[in-house]
Amino acid sequence: MIDYEKVLTSSVQSIKPSGIRKYFDVVNELDDAISLGVGEPDFITPWAIREAGIYSLERGRTYYTSNAGLPALREEISNYNKRKFDMEYDPLKEIMVTVGGSEAIDLMIRCVVNPGDEVLIPEPCFVCYKPCTLMAGGVPVTIETKEEDSFRLLPEQLKEKITDKTKLLILPYPNNPTGGVMSRSDLEAIAKVLKDTNILVLSDEIYGELIYNDEGHTPFSKIDGMRDRTVIVNGFSKTFAMTGWRLGYALGPEPIIKQMLKLHQFGIMSAPTTSQYAAIEALKSCDDDVRQMRTEYNYRRRVIVDGFRNMGLSCFEPYGAFYVFPCIKSLGMTSDEFCTKLIEEEHVAVVPGTAFGECGEGFIRCSYAYSVEQITKALERIEKFVNNHRK
Amino acid sequence: MNEILNILDKEHSEISYSKIAHMLGIEEDAVAKKIRDMEKSHVIVGYKAIINWDKTDREYVTALIELRITPQRGEGFDKVAERIYKYPQVKSLYLMSGAYDLAITIEGKTMKEVALFVAEKLAPMDSVISTATHFVLRKYKDEGIIYEDNEKDTREVITL
Repeated sequence: MIDYEKVLTSSVQSIKPSGIRKYFDVVNELDDAISLGVGEPDFITPWAIREAGIYSLERGRTYYTSNAGLPALREEISNYNKRKFDMEYDPLKEIMVTVGGSEAIDLMIRCVVNPGDEVLIPEPCFVCYKPCTLMAGGVPVTIETKEEDSFRLLPEQLKEKITDKTKLLILPYPNNPTGGVMSRSDLEAIAKVLKDTNILVLSDEIYGELIYNDEGHTPFSKIDGMRDRTVIVNGFSKTFAMTGWRLGYALGPEPIIKQMLKLHQFGIMSAPTTSQYAAIEALKSCDDDVRQMRTEYNYRRRVIVDGFRNMGLSCFEPYGAFYVFPCIKSLGMTSDEFCTKLIEEEHVAVVPGTAFGECGEGFIRCSYAYSVEQITKALERIEKFVNNHRK
Repeated sequence: MNEILNILDKEHSEISYSKIAHMLGIEEDAVAKKIRDMEKSHVIVGYKAIINWDKTDREYVTALIELRITPQRGEGFDKVAERIYKYPQVKSLYLMSGAYDLAITIEGKTMKEVALFVAEKLAPMDSVISTATHFVLRKYKDEGIIYEDNEKDTREVITL
């Protein structure tokens, strides 16, 4: 008999499984359930992009691409970032195409974190930074961002957590699950703290195109003096509604990208070829589709924020991504209790804030990647639930 | 104003003023007023349901008719267009560039009825030079709406 606990690494065993799985089975059994739990667009990939993928298959483009990704795609990624954010990245040396943004995150962390190095992670945040850090032998150090600070990372919070072991700061903005964003001046304040350190930055900007205030998105490497220490992770999933195509990319200084590319080459070989051809089309011709999707998300965002506020729940105004993060503390339940009872009683699935870090306790994440009709229906049920449980 | 029109253009026509107000983050009264103004000034010309008549037992046929005409002195195409669009059978009428002048959509019960309408009402008009009638065999998409859209939400119920 193999004692699996002994043969499996202690690092992998130290990673907690996601607590979300248990909701799946309940929701799947109910035929009138409404889910606001999905972290991906409801839009189908724009047809022009799908068509380009199909065409590449028809022409027999079924081989590996170069490890870093099709040169034409890297060229377009470079053009796109120049056009949108006025950033210069060399398509041959500073850009690599990955299997989703998540692969880029994993690669960056593994390339820069030595055992014992500390990685600063503002929470609540997406779930992969901690496990990736642990697998690299690093030590995750979380920083609790607060509703009253609009879930931004404040410079004094950052300063407080920096030690001589700090290697990397994760900047997960626009943020999943809170919808929080960092303005240019917020980022400048962070840059000021980092300026005289050797701390690197992984800026996860996968939601960078989904931002609903006038200022818009500022990539972290645009801040003075930050380019040399920053790897930007972006991708096609959220912006172009291409989650299933599994395609992302990293922009960064040549020495880091070069090492990330080695890991990618040996672990993955190259990102899916069909997806890469489709992505070229996305970058070239889909600005209008992106604008339309953003407009539509913004309508829904207003509907859902109003909905929660009208129930008497405090709901932070999110300016990015497609999530709201209302506070349910006034009901005297834990996030987990709230979500479990909400499914049982009203057949609505939302995600407990604790899935995104302990400090998410007292919050729930609701996605608005759903039609206005569906959001309205879900809000009606949640309101009934809230009224039934109000103390 | 354009934002309201964008919403009306996409959503079903019974969307409420209050829903639009929430979507745009403005007052319901302001939405109501703007819509009424646009109705009055004929920016919003009308509202209707888009019906797939193939799913009903109504006898029904649609034809696209190309018309070449001689414009009338002093009135151009407008006068003859008016004489045509006043027929209730005419569902749409466009002035076109290219090989012909007017594109007409006609609805009738049978092909014969439509053909007779063209032969008796349109073709004999003084300014009409020629007609070409094309019958619609099947509608896949109309007014931006796909008739048989079976695409369901196949996303996993919860993803982080």
